[in-house]
Amino acid sequence: MSISYRRPGALIDKVTHYCPGCGHGIAHRLIAEVIDELDIRGRTIGMAPVGCAVVAYDYLDIDMCEAPHGRTPAVATGVKRALPESVVFSYQGDGDLAAIGTAEIIHAANRGENITVIFINNAVYGMTGGQMAPTTPEKVKTTTSPYGRCTETEGYPLKVAELLAGLDRVAYSVRVMMASPGDVRAVREALLKAFRCQMERRGFSIVEILSPCPTYWKLDPVEAFRHCAKEMTKVFPLGVYRDWEETGANQ
Amino acid sequence: MLRIVIDRKHCKGCGLCVAFCPKGALCMATSISPRGVNPAEVREEAACVGCLNCTVVCPDAAIEICELEAAD
Amino acid sequence: MPKKVLMTGNEAMAEGAIRAGCRHYYGYPITPQNEVPEYMSRRMPEVDGVFLQSESELAAISMVLGSAAAGKRTMTSSSSPGISLKQEGISYLAGSELPAVIANVQRGGPGLGDIGASQADYFQAVKGGGHGDYRMIVLAPDSVQEMADLTTLAFDLADRWRIPVMILADAQVGQMMEPVEWHEYRPPPDLAAKQWALTGASGRPRNIVRSFFLYPGLLEEHNLRLQRKYAEIASSQVRLEETGTDGADVVIVAYGSSARIARGLVSEGAEGGRLGLLRPVTLWPFPSRRIRELAERGKAFLVAEMSAGQMVEDVRLAVEGLTPVGFYGRMGGSMLTTEEMAREAARMLELVAGGAA
Ligand SMILES: Cc1ncc(C[n+]2csc(CCOP(=O)(O)OP(=O)(O)O)c2C)c(N)n1
Ligand code: SF4
Ligand code: SF4
Ligand code: SF4
Ligand SMILES: [Mg+2]
Repeated sequence: MSISYRRPGALIDKVTHYCPGCGHGIAHRLIAEVIDELDIRGRTIGMAPVGCAVVAYDYLDIDMCEAPHGRTPAVATGVKRALPESVVFSYQGDGDLAAIGTAEIIHAANRGENITVIFINNAVYGMTGGQMAPTTPEKVKTTTSPYGRCTETEGYPLKVAELLAGLDRVAYSVRVMMASPGDVRAVREALLKAFRCQMERRGFSIVEILSPCPTYWKLDPVEAFRHCAKEMTKVFPLGVYRDWEETGANQ
Repeated sequence: MLRIVIDRKHCKGCGLCVAFCPKGALCMATSISPRGVNPAEVREEAACVGCLNCTVVCPDAAIEICELEAAD
Repeated sequence: MPKKVLMTGNEAMAEGAIRAGCRHYYGYPITPQNEVPEYMSRRMPEVDGVFLQSESELAAISMVLGSAAAGKRTMTSSSSPGISLKQEGISYLAGSELPAVIANVQRGGPGLGDIGASQADYFQAVKGGGHGDYRMIVLAPDSVQEMADLTTLAFDLADRWRIPVMILADAQVGQMMEPVEWHEYRPPPDLAAKQWALTGASGRPRNIVRSFFLYPGLLEEHNLRLQRKYAEIASSQVRLEETGTDGADVVIVAYGSSARIARGLVSEGAEGGRLGLLRPVTLWPFPSRRIRELAERGKAFLVAEMSAGQMVEDVRLAVEGLTPVGFYGRMGGSMLTTEEMAREAARMLELVAGGAA
């Protein structure tokens, strides 16, 4: 087999607005690769969140819908119920999914909506300028936690992959990260499996991705990448928290 | 023989490809691209072993790699 | 002649939706409209449709957004406090030009209020309860038959204009029982196919449903286009009913269940035919031009509504001080009464006569 890599066909030839080294760019590219590999461009419908990825539809060459902040899984539900044969994914940040949209994500998961959720956990509100997120680790300073996140008053970071894995209609819940080429390959595998889960009508799938935000982590892109492995995984352990193929098997 | 093509339009000069290339085949350019950044560039194409790490980490899908037919 | 069936207004609305081809209903229980989700939960499986009891009104309207984006006829229903939550999604529907039907079976407010009939959500419905410059078509049924017919019409209007349409009912019209006559539904033959819908970009360029336009100038352009559409709707889609306005000195303006009381008064020939009724069927677009014409012919008005005085502002705007505009209202789930309305009407007639003398 010849060695080669080409920009995926499902990725539009447009320079993104993301900061250098941003995990959103990698996630978009991987989604496009998976769509190409599964050959589902003509039946995939994506939900763009409110967050840095609000114009994800500018970059992915598929039908896409905007959702009000946090309602992304509810909009995805409406699309999937209308078109059960389509492949529907909801792309969400941690503010979108784990703060304002907590009710929507839990109930979509609990109903076992046959959709795929791609959850970009960068532990911060990127779009609005680096405020504290429900996933911000303890003691981390942000523009709205200038003294560091205080667990006494602000609680601990929300662990979404674990939380949703506790729901019986969830087929696949996994946490992966972007910290090295190998880790990014694992993200790609997780996305492939999550889409396959949906295409086999197994039910709700979520891929939580620890994703660098160099800008508001105030790290250069390479340090931010390594930070995912060094710091983020202390709070958010990687793992397959639910897998229909080996029910109950947690890593 | 592998051909590495870095698209200066897409490259934002984040340096991830350079950091994760096991063979030092890439480096950051000293020149400024039309985007106003120092983009990645090929330092030594012959060193490339085709592991594709650079393409895997690139957030901007700016790198394409292809195998050239042996031509002499 | 088609057989008549005895139903509640809420059930007639639900059945009207199904007959109009609505196969995607999303809702969250709230009195006084629970008959709608209950009916839908029974009927949808019979017609291979989707009934989903959502986790909240926020979720329900977002699910409606999703199914509308996918090109399907879809609706949600609720009552006042729930409709407040739906404002987010309504603004998004309007901004992304999606057709959908939203029913508000109004109850008393503000806050949790009570479960009695009310018309205090008029402002919210016609002035845009959500954010941004947008409009909805607002239809106000006053009978069980109209709960059915206007719901069917709502789907046609929503599709034609790519706009959210609200059925603004109240606890009274929603829960009373009357016979309904069903006609076979035929979609307007000139309705365009939904080429903008998200169905998967197979064999065509991709479609995007959005209300976000970040680049300078684009959002203004989008808004200007929306406003042109609204102007077209305003000039072509006004619907109203008039009874005895020709010979009247005072025209009662009322909608929904308040209009039923006014109609009783007018058709009984109270005050020797000096009273007429103008019932807006569309609250937006509002029959301002017709009201203005009547004012120019010297007619005074009595606006009767179950609120502190909301629609009366639009009547005053239409009349622009040409003739007196009186108001009779009650709040907090209390219905208007024929006696009180008659008394207020008599007072208006006196005022007009006094002015003329
Ligand atoms: C109803 C509403 N509240 C607040 C906002 C402002 N807002 C936009 S994006 C965002 C948070 C985004 O954070 P996240 O979901 O983590 O995405 P990221 O930008 O980090 O990828 C907020 C609060 C909004 N657009 N709508
Ligand atoms: S702010 Fe953070 S998440 Fe947003 S584009 Fe920049 S790096 Fe990415
Ligand atoms: S393919 Fe591997 S060896 Fe070649 S440039 Fe990329 S990272 Fe370096
Ligand atoms: S990873 Fe991509 S964007 Fe970053 S420097 Fe390399 S080529 Fe440029
Ligand atoms: Mg975030």
